[in-house]
Amino acid sequence: MHETMIAQSLLATISTETAKQNAKPTCAKISCGILNAINDEILCFAFEAIAKGTACEGMKLEVEHKPMQGQCKNCNQVFDVELHRPQCPKCGSDQFDLLPDAPLVLEEIEFQTE
Amino acid sequence: MYKVNIGKKILSANEEYALKNSQFLTEHKKLCLNMISSPGSGKTTILTRTISELKDKIKIGVIEGDIQTDIDAERIRATEAPVVQINTNGACHLLAVQVNGALENLPVGDLDLIFIENVGNLVCPSAFELGETGKIAVLSVTEGDDKPAKYPAIFAKSKALLINKIDLLGAGVQVDFDIERVKADARKLNKGIELFLVSAKTGKGMTSWYEWLVKSVESL
Repeated sequence: MHETMIAQSLLATISTETAKQNAKPTCAKISCGILNAINDEILCFAFEAIAKGTACEGMKLEVEHKPMQGQCKNCNQVFDVELHRPQCPKCGSDQFDLLPDAPLVLEEIEFQTE
Repeated sequence: MYKVNIGKKILSANEEYALKNSQFLTEHKKLCLNMISSPGSGKTTILTRTISELKDKIKIGVIEGDIQTDIDAERIRATEAPVVQINTNGACHLLAVQVNGALENLPVGDLDLIFIENVGNLVCPSAFELGETGKIAVLSVTEGDDKPAKYPAIFAKSKALLINKIDLLGAGVQVDFDIERVKADARKLNKGIELFLVSAKTGKGMTSWYEWLVKSVESL
């Protein structure tokens, strides 16, 4: 359910940019680390619902999920951590530091050209 | 069609308040722990016992988050600890702005440690920073030993994990819970996580939790 609040923040940011561009937004690209626990379908559904009647009505959201990253304590390799078998792909060690999760970022907005 | 690069963090309104809270707590040298778990895992019982048994060592205040009612705040109030109740009226997590208001209503100067008892929910609260010093996860044995694997975010982000209701484990009891599995799964994601096996009801195992709390307050 936290997707609703994220959808509200997104809508506010996209609406500000839309007013600046004075054009119709068609798609917004978002990226986030998986620890943000964003469910795409719920986020898109919430966004669609609250965007009704605004300049953002009908636009699409695309969400890119970034994997957790770890840094190997043995060989310093930075790698994508697989939740079920977390280990360094280079040296095989399972001793690593989890790096901070990527924040939720509104990367870009696509606008229609008249 | 044309594209505009934005590159802006979303949740930013929440993060601004989280930063304010964090600065406030650092300035006042207060430890603030955000407790997160499913409903019914025993967060409030852990708090009431901790407050009572540590009352000669550290002064604790509580920010209580619930969707409705002040039932939990009443239980905390019975220990004579200062408490502020936040009702989220349906929202499944606390926001930094709510904690910001609650901090103004606590006698922060008199306290060593502030607990935030988040809304009972293993998912959403972990995604909203409140400006706390650290998160504490609570998992009770009746919830099952697969929770760190199924809900990784909170276990990856917490400083400590309390496995509660261990009095329900043992001979003749119908609870299947593999403590070693939970430890292994939690440590896979979070090597440094502190683990405490406790029963807040009987008091079993609480001493090492108290020692860790006192040490954390002293090392601020």
